[in-house]
Amino acid sequence: MGRANFGGIVKQVCLEYTPEVVKGDYVLVHVGFALSKVDEEEAARTYKLLEEMEQLGELDTPEMETDPPEWKKPFL
Amino acid sequence: MKFLDEYRSEELANKIVAEIRRIVTRPWVLMEVCGGQTHTIVKYGIDRLLPQEVELVHGPGCPVCVTSLEMIDKAHAIARRPDVIFCSFGDMLRVPGSESDLLVLKSRGADVRVVYSPIDCLKIARANPTKKVVFFAIGFETTAPANAMAVWQAARQGVRNFSVLVSHVLVPPAMAAILQSPLNRVQGFLGPGHVCTVMGYHEYEPLAERFRVPIVITGFEPVDILQGTLMTLLQLENGTHEVENQYPRVVAREGNVVAQDFVQKVFEVCDRKWRGVGSIPASGYRLREEFAEHDAERLFDVREINTEESNICISGLVLRGVKKPHNCPAFGTLCTPEHPLGATMVSAEGACAAYYAYGRHLQPHPEVAAVA
Repeated sequence: MGRANFGGIVKQVCLEYTPEVVKGDYVLVHVGFALSKVDEEEAARTYKLLEEMEQLGELDTPEMETDPPEWKKPFL
Repeated sequence: MKFLDEYRSEELANKIVAEIRRIVTRPWVLMEVCGGQTHTIVKYGIDRLLPQEVELVHGPGCPVCVTSLEMIDKAHAIARRPDVIFCSFGDMLRVPGSESDLLVLKSRGADVRVVYSPIDCLKIARANPTKKVVFFAIGFETTAPANAMAVWQAARQGVRNFSVLVSHVLVPPAMAAILQSPLNRVQGFLGPGHVCTVMGYHEYEPLAERFRVPIVITGFEPVDILQGTLMTLLQLENGTHEVENQYPRVVAREGNVVAQDFVQKVFEVCDRKWRGVGSIPASGYRLREEFAEHDAERLFDVREINTEESNICISGLVLRGVKKPHNCPAFGTLCTPEHPLGATMVSAEGACAAYYAYGRHLQPHPEVAAVA
């Protein structure tokens, strides 16, 4: 078991399925179990591709709300 | 928070919508598989940002919604017993069975408890050695590793008063069932990101090939959904049908092998009945024989159960993407989150609950009509 910070709330999380995780990593948590370590390189690569996409035409601007975060930062 | 805020960027979302508008040349119907994706779509109004050629229909990926009525009635029969502490995830409490729901049973004196994780039930079982602690183990592949670990630990640590009522379901057989239906309209899928976190996505490759549909494993934030939609539409417009991964920051092709091994140790594949859909071969998990002592279906005699479904509710058609929530005459009138007729109105992941929560019952729905 480890501890994960859910955007300010700290909970016990089972790290049995993510043995590679170290303090400071971000993990995806479901019902108290870390299922995956977030891959920072892949995240950066996806984001870069999106940012480079050409802006075309004009659009309506949707209202984007924010939601409580679901990403958790574990510290062991 | 990092990895969240950037995937809610309005600027980025607008860029992707513009690109979708640029590439779409004709009508397409896409299905998002997961209830979590449905909620993002309805909450942010993503379906209304898309050009009118692109229709999103909502898939079966809500575990509470597809749990069969028989299984829910079995849960209620077990929960009523005075020697039982019945534990469940919170969103199952209001799901209607034939006669009642778990919250009503609790108000009548049943010991029904909400847990955050199945592991919590082991603590409850140790603290209550004279009671039988039963966990309602529902869910897709995402939840199976957690439930497997609870059973494994109970067996290893000799927690003999802990059992699970298992109603696990699997995504790929349900997608095959949707594609084989004569009512099917789905031409491409936004695949289930968190299911694939556990299982990987190689098992979707035969599906894409056999049914010639693109499947893009997709995340849950607005930018994820829009990017997954764009990737699926690009494939449809180009006439390809491959499995692609929009969500590589979390999902690897092989998935989480450690978790898969654990699931295989505890569960085996079985046929499963889905609420509103019917029985689908090899579409669920049950406990392996060696864990029989922790199998609530064997411990409690709940085989003979008569069920009665609401005759108004169309949740079965909603779950298969054939109808939308607002096509139901009871939506927002007879059927509300306070008085749900079907599970799709109850669960946080149900399509009807999403439409209700974001005010879709109050708004007129644009329909295509021919000018006479």
